[in-house]
Amino acid sequence: MVDTLIAKRHLMANKKQTLVAMLGVTFGIAMFILMISFMIGVNQFMENTMLSSTPDIHIYNDIKTDYSVSIAGDYFKDKNLLVSVRHPKPKQVNLNIKNASGILNNLRQDPTITRVSPFLSTQVFYNYGPVQINGYINGVNIIDESKIFDLRSKMTIGQPEDLLNTDKGIIMGRGLANKLNLGIGDMVTLTTPAGTSMSFRVVGIFAIGIGTIDDTRSYINLANVQQLMGKDRSYITDINIKLVDNKLAPSKAGELYKKYNYKSDDWQTANSSVMASNIVRDVLTYVVSITLLTVAGFGIYNIMNMTIKNKMKDIAILKAQGFSGHDIVRIFLSQSLFIGFFGALMGEVLGFLLSYALSRVPFPHNDFISLKYFPVIFNPAHYLFGLVFGVVTPFIAGLMPSIRASRIDPVVILRG
Amino acid sequence: MSVALKVENVNKYFHEPEEFHVLSDISFSVNKGEFVPVIGKSGCGKSTLLYLLSTLDTDYKGKIFINDQLLTGESQNNLARFRNENIGFVFQFHFLLPEFTVLENVMLPALKLGKLSRKEIEEQAIDKLRQLQMDAFAHKLSSRLSGGQQQRVAIARALINDPTIIMADEPTGNLDSINTGIVFDIFKNLAHEKGITILTVTHDLDFAKSADRVIEMADGRIKDS
Repeated sequence: MVDTLIAKRHLMANKKQTLVAMLGVTFGIAMFILMISFMIGVNQFMENTMLSSTPDIHIYNDIKTDYSVSIAGDYFKDKNLLVSVRHPKPKQVNLNIKNASGILNNLRQDPTITRVSPFLSTQVFYNYGPVQINGYINGVNIIDESKIFDLRSKMTIGQPEDLLNTDKGIIMGRGLANKLNLGIGDMVTLTTPAGTSMSFRVVGIFAIGIGTIDDTRSYINLANVQQLMGKDRSYITDINIKLVDNKLAPSKAGELYKKYNYKSDDWQTANSSVMASNIVRDVLTYVVSITLLTVAGFGIYNIMNMTIKNKMKDIAILKAQGFSGHDIVRIFLSQSLFIGFFGALMGEVLGFLLSYALSRVPFPHNDFISLKYFPVIFNPAHYLFGLVFGVVTPFIAGLMPSIRASRIDPVVILRG
Repeated sequence: MSVALKVENVNKYFHEPEEFHVLSDISFSVNKGEFVPVIGKSGCGKSTLLYLLSTLDTDYKGKIFINDQLLTGESQNNLARFRNENIGFVFQFHFLLPEFTVLENVMLPALKLGKLSRKEIEEQAIDKLRQLQMDAFAHKLSSRLSGGQQQRVAIARALINDPTIIMADEPTGNLDSINTGIVFDIFKNLAHEKGITILTVTHDLDFAKSADRVIEMADGRIKDS
C-alpha cells in the first residue's frame, strides 16, 4: 500500500520526533499499568485481610434496651395518672442468643451455608505477673472457627487442635503475647468484668495481620468461657457464618435478620469503610491514567500538527498527482496509530517491569499489617485495556490534524 | 486530429480580498500531441487557468473536457483518480518528496494507480528516467540533486502513468538557460514523438517562440493572434 509506504517514510525521516511522541504514550500506558496493578493489588489485599478477620455473616445480639416500659407504670397502674420516668437507667440484659441450638440446627441445614461457628465473646483482663492488659476472648469450637478463618495458616506457633488436647488452653494473638512476654506453656490469668478469674495455659500463638485483633484477641474452648462466666452450656453471644458464595452475603444477612430477629452483619457492611476506600482507589487510578493519556494525546496532536505543517508542499504535490483526501487522512492517521501502537506496546513492557520491580520491594515493617512486599497483581485484562487505550487516544489525537491535512487546498501551495 | 482538451466559456472570480473577475469567457481547445505554451503578463490569469484545467481548482463556471470527458462537477475523489491516470504535473519548484529516492518519487503515482505490480512499475520508472538521462541517479535521495536534475526527475514522474496531457506551471522559471533548453527539447520530443499534449504556462518568450501554437492571455481573456 503506497499510503503506508509514505507514512513509514515520514516517521523514519524524523526518528527523534517519532520517538518523543511514542515515549509520551509509553509513559502514559506504563503508569496506567503500574497504577492499576498496584491499586488493584492493594484492593485485593485489603479484601483478603478483611475476609480473614470478618466472617461472611456475623449474627449477634445487639444491645438494645427498651426504655418505654417502666416498673413505675406497673406500680401506679390502678391510679388514674400519667406516669413519666425521666432519664431511666438501662436494665440488666443478657447479650446471649436465645434458642441458640435451634438456630444453629437451622443454619447447618441451609444449603447456601458451608460452615457455622457459634461463639461466646467477652471482655477480660489478661494478668501476667503485675501486668494487666485489657482485651477480649472468644470461646469457640476451634474446629469450626478455624475452618471459617483458616486459622491453621495463621498460627505462628502450635496448631488450632492443641486447644482440644489441653485442659484450659488458650491461643493468643501475637501482639498480646508479645506485650505480656508469654510463650508456649506459660500460664495467664483472665479476669472477667464480673470479677471471676481463671488461669489458662498458652498452647498456640496466631497472627492474622490486623493489629487491633492480634493485640487483643485470644481463643479458648467455648465450654471454658461458659464456665469462666458462670453461664450454662447453651449460652452463646455470636454466630459466624461462611457462605458458598460470599457475594450473596448482604441479601442473606437481611434474610437471617428477618428470620431470627438478631442483628446480622455481612462482611461488606461491616467493612464499608474499606469497600469505600477501594472505590476511591479505583477512581483515582482511572483519573490519573486518563490524565496521563490525555497529555500523551496532546503530545501526539502537537507533533502531527507540526508534521503536517512541514509537509504542506508534499501534501499538495500528492494531491496533484491523484492522491485523494482519504489517502491523505490514511497517511497521517496511520502515523499517529503507529506511534500509539508501538508506544503502547513499549508502555506495556515498561509497565510490567515497573510493576514487577514494585512487587519485589519489601513493605516497610509494620505491626498492624502483615505484608512482606508491596501488593501488586498481574492481570492480562489490564494489559489489553492499556493497549486499547494506547491506540484509541492517538487515533482521536491524530484524527483532527489528518482531516485538516486532507482539506489543504493544493492550488494555494503550488502557486506559492 | 482528436481533441485532447476543450474549454467552453470558463469564467472565474476571486472573492478575496475583494470581488475580482480573473477569467472571462475563456474558450479554446488543444489537439493531441500539441505543445502549447500559455504566455502573458503577471496577473493575467494564466496560472489560474492552468489550475482550473488541471482539475485541482473546481471553483469556476463553464465547462472543461479532457479526452472528451466532462470534468466539471465531478467529485473530488473522482477528480483525484482522473488526475492520477491522465494528467502529469510539472511545477516551477520541483516538488519532489525529500524522504524518497529519485526512483521512488517517479514510482509513487503509479503505485497509487495500482494497475501494475511493483516490479513492473520499477522497470517503467527506470525507463522513464533513462529517457531523461537521469537513470544514473535513480537511487539517490531526491533532495541531493541540483535544480535542473530535479526538474527532469519531476518530468519523469509526470510521465510514469503515460498521461494524455502534461501541465506545467513555469517549468523553467528556476532554471538556467542550459537546463531550460534541455526541458524545452524534452517537451517538444514528448509532444511530437509520443503524442502527449503539453500545456505549459511560461514567461520565457524564447521557449514560446518555437512552439506549435501559443496561447497569449491578457486581463483574463485570450488574445486573438
